[in-house]
Amino acid sequence: MTAVPLGLPRRLVEFTLDGETVRAPEGSTILDACRAEGKDVPTLCQGDTLTPKNACRVCVVEVEGARTLAPACSRRAEPGMSVRTDSERTRHSRKVVLELLASSVDMSTTPGVAGWIEEYGAEPGRFGPDAARVEEDPKVDNELYVRDYGKCILCYKCVDACGEQWQNTFAIAVAGRGFDARISTEHAAPLTDSACVYCGNCIEVCPTGALSFKSEFDMRAAGTWDESAQTETTTVCAYCGVGCNVTLHVQDNDIVKVTSPHDNPVTHGNLCIKGRFGFAHVQNRD
Amino acid sequence: MDLHFGDSRPTDEERAAVDTLLGPPVSAWDAGPGSDGSGRSEKDLRWARGGHAARERRDLLLPGLHAVNDRVGWISEGALAYLCRRLMVPPAEAYGVATFYSMFSLRPRPTTVVHACTDLACAARGADRVCAGLEAAGVSFERSPCLGLCERAPAALVVRAGESPVTAVVAPAAAGAVAEAARAPADAGPEPVAADAVPQAGQDGLVLLRRVGAVDPYSLDDYRAHGGYTALRRAFALGPAAVIREVTESGLVGRGGAAFPTGRKWQATASQPDGPHYLVCNADESEPGTFKDRVVMEGDPYAVVEAMTVAGYAVGAHRGYLYLRGEYPRALGLLENALTQARARGLLGDDVLGQGYAFDIEIRRGAGAYICGEETALFNSIEGYRGEPRSKPPFPVEKGLFGKPTAANNVETLVNVLPVLTRGAEAFAAAETKLFCVSGSVSRPGVYELPFGATLGDLLELAGKPERMRAVLLGGAAGGFVRPDEMDIPLTFEGTRAAGTTLGSGVVLVLDDRVELPRILLRIAEFFRDESCGQCVPCRVGTVRQEEALRRIADRTGAAAVDDIALLREVGRAMRDASICGLGQTAWNAVESAIDRLGAYA
Ligand code: SF4
Ligand code: SF4
Ligand code: SF4
Ligand code: FES
Repeated sequence: MTAVPLGLPRRLVEFTLDGETVRAPEGSTILDACRAEGKDVPTLCQGDTLTPKNACRVCVVEVEGARTLAPACSRRAEPGMSVRTDSERTRHSRKVVLELLASSVDMSTTPGVAGWIEEYGAEPGRFGPDAARVEEDPKVDNELYVRDYGKCILCYKCVDACGEQWQNTFAIAVAGRGFDARISTEHAAPLTDSACVYCGNCIEVCPTGALSFKSEFDMRAAGTWDESAQTETTTVCAYCGVGCNVTLHVQDNDIVKVTSPHDNPVTHGNLCIKGRFGFAHVQNRD
Repeated sequence: MDLHFGDSRPTDEERAAVDTLLGPPVSAWDAGPGSDGSGRSEKDLRWARGGHAARERRDLLLPGLHAVNDRVGWISEGALAYLCRRLMVPPAEAYGVATFYSMFSLRPRPTTVVHACTDLACAARGADRVCAGLEAAGVSFERSPCLGLCERAPAALVVRAGESPVTAVVAPAAAGAVAEAARAPADAGPEPVAADAVPQAGQDGLVLLRRVGAVDPYSLDDYRAHGGYTALRRAFALGPAAVIREVTESGLVGRGGAAFPTGRKWQATASQPDGPHYLVCNADESEPGTFKDRVVMEGDPYAVVEAMTVAGYAVGAHRGYLYLRGEYPRALGLLENALTQARARGLLGDDVLGQGYAFDIEIRRGAGAYICGEETALFNSIEGYRGEPRSKPPFPVEKGLFGKPTAANNVETLVNVLPVLTRGAEAFAAAETKLFCVSGSVSRPGVYELPFGATLGDLLELAGKPERMRAVLLGGAAGGFVRPDEMDIPLTFEGTRAAGTTLGSGVVLVLDDRVELPRILLRIAEFFRDESCGQCVPCRVGTVRQEEALRRIADRTGAAAVDDIALLREVGRAMRDASICGLGQTAWNAVESAIDRLGAYA
């Protein structure tokens, strides 16, 4: 018989969400409570396997009595607090944040963002044609994955996944300051000269497509990338005995990228180089 | 953690700079004997400093970067790799930290660096001419945000790297004198004494500034002869709880801008069960137009040391950190001297004044980042991380420096504690004063001390206001403008708030009608764009969009500016509402007040 971990029953916190009384387990964020209630709050820097940096600010909500808006992804629900997720103030900030982002980086591969831009009436073009953008050429410096920081929103997820939250490799960090801040290796060295072990856990969490498999990058460049023609098969990685789950994305009989289910209690979406990139050998038909 | 340090090697000089700070390496693992490829010894194989022991030294990263930059003038790949090896810090992270600070360079540059201030007060007093003169003379220089020398604007700071680095302050600066100082910084004349920045020096009725000019700032005996260390004695007589009660009853609130009750902050820190507790003195005075803390530290440095000791005793801390902005070389020298003297005389150390209380103070230098004045960014900076603000809650009193309960106060707040104790809470409250930094178009710029309740007009009367005043910027770049007809605003936290403006950190920058307001606003916007840490979107991109809009309308008014002003309002509102910290939240304040109160671009 396997033991089912129950954990301590958590107390419930009662608070007001858009005028309705709701209860959420103690320690929940406002976002957790919103999702439990079926409310849609946009998020970019929040991810299901990481502690969010609350840097993007697209999830802001209005907490009654607070001077500023609060990030739903990080602020914990407190008893008696009154939260509005859809007030004019929150809609305004979300709209402007989306405009600021979409006017400064390429969000064409960020899932969900086009819908929010429409929903909030954001007009990224209104800062004019001379609005400063993050101009970066894609960094293609290894065979496995590409870093295209012209698409990066600086959500910090890759840094956290590479560093103390998962991989403990610390190959990348944020360098520079303000608008010039970039995700970087030391001295912006090529990945091949860095500490990177090609686990690809940064790609797994990147919300914008700034980090992508070289296979995906090349196919997009060639115009052959077609998600609708892809199938996903989740299986167990065959390389070692840990038993990580891998999801193979297949297009035209070729594995085009590998992800890992985030809800796996052992790996939480993390893999190593073999599980992530070892598919080449499966495809080696010679 | 499996660190990868690359192949770059330090020069002998870089290695010496780091080893002077950290001591020689002890094992092949941290770049000691054998690490050059000659092989690890028996001893190395049993040597381990990973995990906790390694992380304990992470806070030496910023001092290490300073050590190299001070010695060589810039930080090479080899130097950074060596420092990382010594401290077991991942190089990518160290690179991220080093590139955060504007005083460091990761590229080769000359050993002598000239920082020419082009910020508000200096711009109002001819910084442009200085820069043009330097360019004409072929002197390379960096345009710098406020150097905190506004009373002597325009100002320049010359830093020459070397085994004993040399600095020279030239203020008021003419291009010729700056060029001369850049050539031979050691020969630049001495700076005027701190009291020269205090037009009221020597007058009766001063509380916080009474010793500035009256004591020899190097002499502990002189400090004691002028009432020094009576507050600490009283504190020991009262005990920590009663000290906090006294400070609470005095009604003292923080002078950094947020005006939080100091007694409550101390109580909240003291009562935390987690330990150790830390005391932090925030001397990262970087708000453009602010220089009062510098004058206090230069004119009465022992007062800062004594006040920190009192505060440390009250909150149950045994270690205090004084975070000093990197642009204050003279204050650094005076404070270092004060600490040495105080230690030698048993006023710091294992047994302060023979009372069985252990307390010592460490100075940490900033390296050119306004945001490090935000207390949680300051903690990150001390800990060896990028100076990015943390989200609150948790608040510092609960999880501050090194994640421990921390009381953080700025210099002015702390030195107020001395009269609270020597005079008693009631007498203190009856005559509470505030320091103001007056600069710009006045005949007697400097630090002024006035009782709470004096009006802006009273202050400008003392400082000698210009005949044709256009506006006054209250509270610095994060503050707001007021009009010449608003001179009866009382200079209190409540009074300024009621008038729809802010006292902020006490900046009073006076502009006469020759000033081009759009240029001042553009300079403010550039400042925020430069100083944004980059963490959150509203501030990182919003400050850029704000600057772009102000640049577009620099020469426009009326209908031609309307669209951009609407855009500014929208971006400004999102920055204020959705930014993580005070920098982004206030980045639009001054521009908004110029539009609404002064009718800029109308
Ligand atoms: S692939 Fe792995 S090791 Fe390399 S940068 Fe990404 S998370 Fe770090
Ligand atoms: S590369 Fe991706 S994960 Fe990393 S900060 Fe940029 S957007 Fe986020
Ligand atoms: S508001 Fe600006 S300075 Fe503050 S955390 Fe955000 S980006 Fe950094
Ligand atoms: S999702 Fe909450 S701040 Fe980014």
